[in-house]
Amino acid sequence: MTFRDEIRAWLEEHAPQGLYGKSREAGAQIWGGKQEQRSADQEAWLRAAVERGFTAPTWPKEYGGGGLSQQEAQALASEIEQLGLPPPLTGFGLSMIGPTLLHFGGEEQKREHLPRITRGEIRWCQGYSEPNAGSDLASLQCSARDAGDHYVINGQKTWTSYGDKSDWMFVLVRTDPAAKKQQGITFLLVDLASPGVSIRPIGLISGASPFCESFFEDVKVPKQNVVSEVNQGWTVAKALLGHEREMIAAVFGSGRGATRGESVVATAKQYSQAERITDPLLRDRTAALLMDEKCFELTVQRIADNARAGRRPGPESSILKIYGTELNQRRQELLCSLRGPESLGWQGEGFPDEALQQTRDWLRSRGNTIEGGTSEIQLNIIAKRVLELPD
Amino acid sequence: MQLVMSEEQQLLAKTARDLVREQAPVARLRSLREDPVGYDPALYRRMAELGWMSLPIPERDGGLGLGLADVICVTEALGRGLASEPYLSSFLCGQLLARAGNEEQKSAYLAPLMAGEAELALAYAERGQRFDWQRSATHANATADGFELSGEKQQVLGATRANAFIVVARTSNARAQAGDLSLFVVPRGIAGVSVTRQWRIDAAPVARLLLSKVRVPRVALLGTESEAEPLLADTLDRATVALSAEMLGAMSEAFERTLAYLKERVQFGVAIGSFQALKHRAARLYIEIELTRSAVLAAARTFDAGAPGAAALASVAKARASDAFLLIANEAVQMHGGVGMTDEHDIGFFLKRARACEMTFGDAAFHRDRFAKLSSF
Repeated sequence: MTFRDEIRAWLEEHAPQGLYGKSREAGAQIWGGKQEQRSADQEAWLRAAVERGFTAPTWPKEYGGGGLSQQEAQALASEIEQLGLPPPLTGFGLSMIGPTLLHFGGEEQKREHLPRITRGEIRWCQGYSEPNAGSDLASLQCSARDAGDHYVINGQKTWTSYGDKSDWMFVLVRTDPAAKKQQGITFLLVDLASPGVSIRPIGLISGASPFCESFFEDVKVPKQNVVSEVNQGWTVAKALLGHEREMIAAVFGSGRGATRGESVVATAKQYSQAERITDPLLRDRTAALLMDEKCFELTVQRIADNARAGRRPGPESSILKIYGTELNQRRQELLCSLRGPESLGWQGEGFPDEALQQTRDWLRSRGNTIEGGTSEIQLNIIAKRVLELPD
Repeated sequence: MQLVMSEEQQLLAKTARDLVREQAPVARLRSLREDPVGYDPALYRRMAELGWMSLPIPERDGGLGLGLADVICVTEALGRGLASEPYLSSFLCGQLLARAGNEEQKSAYLAPLMAGEAELALAYAERGQRFDWQRSATHANATADGFELSGEKQQVLGATRANAFIVVARTSNARAQAGDLSLFVVPRGIAGVSVTRQWRIDAAPVARLLLSKVRVPRVALLGTESEAEPLLADTLDRATVALSAEMLGAMSEAFERTLAYLKERVQFGVAIGSFQALKHRAARLYIEIELTRSAVLAAARTFDAGAPGAAALASVAKARASDAFLLIANEAVQMHGGVGMTDEHDIGFFLKRARACEMTFGDAAFHRDRFAKLSSF
């Protein structure tokens, strides 16, 4: 029996029928954590996967992982995807802090935290940005004062995605205010149930969002929660940002272009009330967008093909971030133009649901060129690392 | 379809780049722009000896049986040197002869074309038709033993020295509709043919071709009478991809020269490349080049695979290459500052070539419109 056969048999036995084909529906994703209300099917799916270590397929078995090779894990993911199932577990524990602990964490930290991630017990969030430390992350000011056997944190973090739904946060804090800015930073694990932590959601121009701001007032954190060494947090943070950039590149490079292309044309024809797009300027913009999306898709493919052929790895993910996000903005703006005044609806009756959603998507798309490293920062990266222009 | 160059293609690209570096430096345009021929016949011959003209010709016709993905390795290299040798003319005429020619036409023209002994030029564009070559007004009236051609063709690439022309002419009465175009092979020396050099901004070897009651025998007809349009359209699409690769090479060269200048030019006590206003623009240009490369490679591979959507991809590649090359050429002049405006500096040649390439086989707006038609919207 091949590995794939084994997986298929296992899925047939354990994956709840009720979740088949539901992966794209709202609320289908399983994030884990103490607050999550899971359906019976979701619970069963999570439990079955935990049993086999399939929530974190490539992690070592001793920490609750599946001990699979990358190839086996890809086979597992593709079988799950083919059935339209959501992954048994998702979130920043698996994608960000877990890999970081595997690389930088001490043995005790791994034993304490990794199994609780793989079992879906603890949901994690990221405490990096601050109101005065955005693009210039290393200038962060949230402080951790040495108080003998523990640290005392004071300060504020922002853009904490799903902070209000999480149980623990990995936080960058300043432990040496006198050192040069990258050198006085420590990477800390914080239990959000600790006294002095408060978290509240941030409203965006597009409405409600997963983002939160987090406040720390004399929050005590045991010293064993330092990852790597004190004042060595920047190295850990950068490695973790690498995981984040891979995630973003995967989102914008996932080649969703083809299906997305259809809807612009369909919307254009619907509002033109004709088989052709009658307004020549809208027609030109539509063509330009679809052609540029095609170029982007092909570039994603070419980068992947070259990587497989072992050629030219590098900072190409910056190209994908810049161009992919701008394309999405252009697409949203064009859709608004095509809908005309119907694109103005905010909520309630009298506007088509898809128009209401698309208007929110347009507003939300403005953030795409800001979050995860602004376009300007990405351009700096290309100028420095690819073009080798002087500082 | 893999968007990676094979080992053989990398080798071909390197050979081509080396030859261009040695024998076709950009500065050569200073003398070529006053030359009646407008290119170096010895270099053209050398290109044929290296097998470049034979690349896309089937093996049964004596060619190498390779595809557009190989041709673009050559044209990209030629673009780097802004080489004036009319390789595209040999490509166009070679394709038409291989696909529509009979055995006599192939032995009379295709074999010498591949050997570099004969040069042919495709005469299709006319005055005032912009990119609508289907509106050709040149006509060919049937005579007792052949045809009589009259008309005027513009900016015929390679016509400064070509031994023969492939002329696009209308074979039914002046119905201004597509569908009645035919191709004729017309030798340079025959009565009624006159060739006048045209001087273009990019010093390309182009000429006006005047046909005044030119009598050709029936065997001059290439392919089926009145049915040339689909063949010609497909051949021009393939040439469009080859040209897009040439533009890719030229824009890459212009960009690299500009990048070098940003690192060496000092103002206010520092290299101007340290200014963020210039860094960000340079990074944008880099993105444009990468996107162009993907489109060109994918278009070539799609034609070679005979896969659907090839014509639409040719439009994607040409629209992208046109916009990107012009943007990069404009920025190259701007970033060079005052010296970029002077005739003495070579960077201006790239701007002139960018405009010329844009206007060949349809500009970006033309191709966006065509893409919309091909995608039924």
